[in-house]
Amino acid sequence: MTRPGEFYQRDRSIQPPAFTPGYKTSVARSPRYSMISLQNSVSEITGPRFGHNDIDAGDNDLLTNYAKAGESPIGERIILHGRVLDENARPVPNTLVEIWQANAGGRYRHKKDTYLAPIDPNFGGCGRTLTDENGYFFFRTVKPGAYPWRNMVNNWRPAHIHVSVFGLGFVQRLITQCYFEGDPLIPICPIVQTIPDAEAIEQLIAKLDLNATVPLDSIAYKFDIVLRGRRSTLFENRLEGN
Amino acid sequence: MPQELAYLKESASQTAGPYVHIGLAPGAAGFDIYRQELGHDITGPNAKGQRIRVEGRVIDGMGAPIKDVLLEVWQANAEGHYAHPEGGGPVEDGFRGWGRVISDFDTGEWSFETVKPGTTRGRNVGTQAPHLNFWIVARGINIGLNTRMYFGDEDTANKADPVLNLIEWTHRRATLIAKRSEKGGLPTYRFDIQLQGENETVFFDV
Ligand SMILES: [Fe+2]
Repeated sequence: MTRPGEFYQRDRSIQPPAFTPGYKTSVARSPRYSMISLQNSVSEITGPRFGHNDIDAGDNDLLTNYAKAGESPIGERIILHGRVLDENARPVPNTLVEIWQANAGGRYRHKKDTYLAPIDPNFGGCGRTLTDENGYFFFRTVKPGAYPWRNMVNNWRPAHIHVSVFGLGFVQRLITQCYFEGDPLIPICPIVQTIPDAEAIEQLIAKLDLNATVPLDSIAYKFDIVLRGRRSTLFENRLEGN
Repeated sequence: MPQELAYLKESASQTAGPYVHIGLAPGAAGFDIYRQELGHDITGPNAKGQRIRVEGRVIDGMGAPIKDVLLEVWQANAEGHYAHPEGGGPVEDGFRGWGRVISDFDTGEWSFETVKPGTTRGRNVGTQAPHLNFWIVARGINIGLNTRMYFGDEDTANKADPVLNLIEWTHRRATLIAKRSEKGGLPTYRFDIQLQGENETVFFDV
């Protein structure tokens, strides 16, 4: 049996390191020893797959998936759409994309969130979908509000949507956050600033996409997600080790 | 331009934050929204092999259990096949081999039931001992942490495992080996994950 093509080595120069003192919670939650580098075995190149039996068609519509019949959440109606690609710019089809977010007032529907902005009775704050054969996905939701958090005394998160993506191998697994073009809180956010590379930050900022708006209904933002690419094996050289 | 490399860059990771449950386990956040939450059933109804329980905590650098951690498990079935086209062979109908586990908000304890995986082939040499692959996210973790759990009652297989043997500091290999006991009629493996300190768990850059 031929050995599987590995995923490209993760470029740690554009990824946040574990220890980032500006984001205080990372201090006690960051490993200190070097990670052991591992060539991909079957355990790494494989990963879970999902199908249309796992989710429902309406799961990607946060305007309706928790609202009472005939009602809508409060807030700016938006479409968040884009493609999941790999580093070779190839689409990642049929992969699960899950999102969660605060409501338009910056409040999460979570028993641990005590921010004084109110819960929206018509907004759950989560959605999920599978990319199509072109790696394309879309959600309908409201634009989340900024919210304060305890780090420095006066830190505010920029408006953001949390995004979880699988890909085709477990080593592509990624959780990130989607920010919105023009938000003045982005450059001063300690969580954004854990990312050591300006272009990598830029890549997490969804762009206003006027062409994809639904006139008189919803404004659109484009957010593409890039997962690690995979090598096609040209030469097989037997290496010692794992 | 000659020889332009047109690769894209992987999107940067950001912490899953304290409210990760809303997206990935909404029942735990306190509400019911989806027909079914994903990742509760790792094996499906038809999985063969030894049923087991796995339990543990993720412990921070102050020695405190992390109470808002989320772990994902990825494993082969009892025959050593992953549910994937390149997974080594067929799996039982309904076997996905993937689970999502959250810690208790008060104690930080987590546990799940599954079947014990079989051995799998090594990348270049040998056979990998039975193991579970873990991916760990939480508030304060900027990028998901990858590690593996091996089984304390697989001494021979563990000694031959090409990944364990890659760890130069032999005493650190023990951080990946879960101790077996019996609880409620099931073999139970204890896997406490230490993020820092003398017994810091080995994490992998995969
Ligand atoms: Fe958030």
